[in-house]
Amino acid sequence: MMPDLGKYAAEVVSAYAVSLGLLIGLVALSLRRSARLRDALRQVEDRQRKTNG
Amino acid sequence: MSFWEFANPKRFMQLSSRLLPWVAGVSLACLLVGLIWGFFFTPEDYRQGSTVKIIYLHVPAALMAINAWLMMLVASLVWIIRRHHVSALAARAAAPVGLTFTVIALITGAIWGQPMWGTWWAWDPRLTSFLILALFYMGYIAMWEAVENGDTAADLTSVLCLVGSVFAILSRYAVLFWNQGLHQGASLSLDKEENVADVFYLPLLVCIAGFILMFLALVLLRTRTEIRARRLKALLNRERMA
Repeated sequence: MMPDLGKYAAEVVSAYAVSLGLLIGLVALSLRRSARLRDALRQVEDRQRKTNG
Repeated sequence: MSFWEFANPKRFMQLSSRLLPWVAGVSLACLLVGLIWGFFFTPEDYRQGSTVKIIYLHVPAALMAINAWLMMLVASLVWIIRRHHVSALAARAAAPVGLTFTVIALITGAIWGQPMWGTWWAWDPRLTSFLILALFYMGYIAMWEAVENGDTAADLTSVLCLVGSVFAILSRYAVLFWNQGLHQGASLSLDKEENVADVFYLPLLVCIAGFILMFLALVLLRTRTEIRARRLKALLNRERMA
């Protein structure tokens, strides 16, 4: 399955690993912050709705 | 539908919630197809060996590192001229994405450069202007975090974005301005002689499409988050004042 990368295997694999790691990290952080703020905003809006009747 | 409808945060949230799943889905599909095609099903280059496979990450990341800043420039100009908050927040949302692409371009470039040039780094015009672009991204993000007032932060970062645009443009054209250094010219060219070979070209185009759509999806997602953060801050301030 793995192609023969010859003497440059370490360079190619490390370039892919670092890049994919950074991209996955960015996506995960963006999704986590999005979910956290969505929940926090919903809580505050609900609280204010109850307070204001 | 007018472009300026996006300037209304409520309308932006409605439109982006419909767009986001499609853009993210197509982006993921393009990235998977492009990277698998490039990594597993393309041959080695006769001179560069298997390191040519790094092109599928390095070129799209470098392309988007520059274009992300140019998108931030347009959004900053919209903020300066028309004072639309969504545009300032979209610029803020794009910066960490652009920085990540810049870092990927620098790291993959160093990894690729070591076996081909015999060095991880050289003070070559393109490499140096890319490093300065990364520093501008960091400064831009830090300025947003450092200034408490949102409108003031948007004003200051917009000016920084205008200044940094010189380096974004320089990163693209440095190779042409100064005909020296190690970095080659553009990988993609309308000139058949200059362009990469067809066998590498198609998967590269698919990867570029994937990176562009990924950038768009992340900016939509992160702009939605920034709009929510701004509303949350306003509601909490109102609560404190009451």
